[in-house]
Amino acid sequence: MPRQEAAVRAKNFKEVALGYTPEMAVEEASRCIQCPKRPCVEGCPVNVDIPEFIKAVREGRMTDAVIALKNKNALPGICGRVCPQETQCEAKCTLLKQKAPVAIGRLERYVADWERQNKAAMPPAAPLPKSTGKKVAVIGSGPAGLTAAADLVKKGHSVTIFEALHVGGGVLMYGIPEFRLPKEIVQNEVNFVKSLGADLVLDAVVGKCDTIDELLNNDYDAVFLGTGAGLPMFLNIPGENANGIYSANEWLTRTNLMKAYLFPNYDTPLKVGKKVAVIGGGNVAMDGARCALRLGAEEVYIVYRRSEAELPARREEVGNAMEEGIIFKFLTNPTRFLDDGKGWVNGMECIEMELGEPDASGRRRPIAKKGSEFVMKIDTAVVALGTTPNPLIASTTEGLKTTSHGTVVADESTGKTVKDRVWAGGDIVTGAATVISAMGAGKRAAADIDKYLMGK
Amino acid sequence: MEVGKTTRELGLLKTGDSIMSLTGPLGLPTHIENYGTVVCVAGGFAVAPIMPIARAMKQAGNKVISILGARNKELIFWEDELRSVSDKLIVTTDDGTYGRKGLVTEPLKEILESREKVNLVVAIGPSIMMKFCARTTQPFGVKTIVSLNPIMVDGTGMCGCCRVVVGGQTKFACVDGPDFDAHQVDWDLLAARQRTYVEEEKKAMENWQCQCGKHS
Repeated sequence: MPRQEAAVRAKNFKEVALGYTPEMAVEEASRCIQCPKRPCVEGCPVNVDIPEFIKAVREGRMTDAVIALKNKNALPGICGRVCPQETQCEAKCTLLKQKAPVAIGRLERYVADWERQNKAAMPPAAPLPKSTGKKVAVIGSGPAGLTAAADLVKKGHSVTIFEALHVGGGVLMYGIPEFRLPKEIVQNEVNFVKSLGADLVLDAVVGKCDTIDELLNNDYDAVFLGTGAGLPMFLNIPGENANGIYSANEWLTRTNLMKAYLFPNYDTPLKVGKKVAVIGGGNVAMDGARCALRLGAEEVYIVYRRSEAELPARREEVGNAMEEGIIFKFLTNPTRFLDDGKGWVNGMECIEMELGEPDASGRRRPIAKKGSEFVMKIDTAVVALGTTPNPLIASTTEGLKTTSHGTVVADESTGKTVKDRVWAGGDIVTGAATVISAMGAGKRAAADIDKYLMGK
Repeated sequence: MEVGKTTRELGLLKTGDSIMSLTGPLGLPTHIENYGTVVCVAGGFAVAPIMPIARAMKQAGNKVISILGARNKELIFWEDELRSVSDKLIVTTDDGTYGRKGLVTEPLKEILESREKVNLVVAIGPSIMMKFCARTTQPFGVKTIVSLNPIMVDGTGMCGCCRVVVGGQTKFACVDGPDFDAHQVDWDLLAARQRTYVEEEKKAMENWQCQCGKHS
């Protein structure tokens, strides 16, 4: 897969991977032996008909490839870029034990990109079934909501998606950086769901503008909650409110949704210093660090309290970050932020860690090494420890059951909550996870909502 | 009223024009009840949020004493509206071009020193004005509510840009506020965080004025 060179791409917001040429796509598709067991399909959280779409690519039947892919996956342009295929479909590929698994993710991206560039070549979409007269409110236009909405519209129900922000897409727009997931592609996918017949209402903050009960009592037969996990976690150490210390949510939202990298053409800048420390080790931390580099920081650090082996981020993104020159400080935990007396952060006190016995997450527990305190000189910090659900929905909805982490309790296979006529899926149920798992939850909930609405 | 680039851009709009996005109401509503006597202090433009609060307090049965202050006569507005929902209205200007010469804290102190039994003070305006209202009421032990205005991004609690410290605890002004107990607010931190982008605000203004110059 041709890629931008590290030194070049660290200064721009364009995609790293440049995409297959048609010849490369056919060559890779031909590697698939179309094995009868099809374990890849099982490995996919939305059970895409992988061998079918790959066969169509091999045989040059691109419109068939698109139809086969989109039959199960409404957002292939997104999944082809951000799915961790290496732990899903590709991990199950029969060829895994031989040379290498078929590059299913790369092919998915190729097919989705082909469709976007060749819309005129696609046959007209299948007509929708007769309207059922039932109305569903989908709260949140992130991956879970978009997927649930698409599936429900295809069953003939009337769907309105309520989005709090001024654009659709949720974390696809505000969280994942432009260079991993171009926003134009996200809007293309959002428009596709709208084109199926779903209504998208923006600037609609459910819990403030309308409550769930108001929606259920007035207009809607069912509600799907796909509001994600947008509440940032802070370290809660002294000095954390100094200028120059950001939550990863703010950092990424200003950069990607609000285009801080295009200031002053956009009025929502970021203060990027010379030495940026990003605290955390997940995909969001990698995203934050790689954005810092592109925004002009001279030195960018990932500060993580465990070791490299425990990093939860995708291997590919860790590799990209290292190639781009981000410095990884493992077994390091911040204890205090220092400031310059004028309210700006100018240092971070840290302590070295060592790994003990595994904790509840199964990973070895980090333990502070007494007497190993030191100070990192930084002028910007990004706290990327993870997120939990925004309490707005739960706190304004009677009868919804939540856990101590703020997640909504829902049945794993149907998305049904304990509240009558309310389903939930995605990060609001699982805590911060992946786009594709949110989509899987959206699909399962849509199927169960349909069953309920049709009195089955 | 117009301070930076965006408020000036808004000032150029006419009836029938549109803006891209608007949402609300966000945050927690002001708590209204019959406290007894409420003093509402509006600093300049803040007569806008004070007005509905004064009206609601009056409707709830409170005696409402309002103080409306601005730098000069040109910046005073809604005087009659505020008077119509108050039992008493005092107008001040810093330069004396209208009403009583002086800052809002002066009549505020006088009211507290007088026989009037004040149960609540609601003060809204620039941070420095709210800070000094808090200082004024503190020795009298009168509960004082302010409406904090840190920089915000989404206004729904997802980013923490608006974090303020109240009573030693970090709060998000957009979801926990904007109303807070004035005597518990870390005013220095609020002021420091509000200055985060002064350089960029200046640059945006210069850029915009330069572009306007090209088009005019």
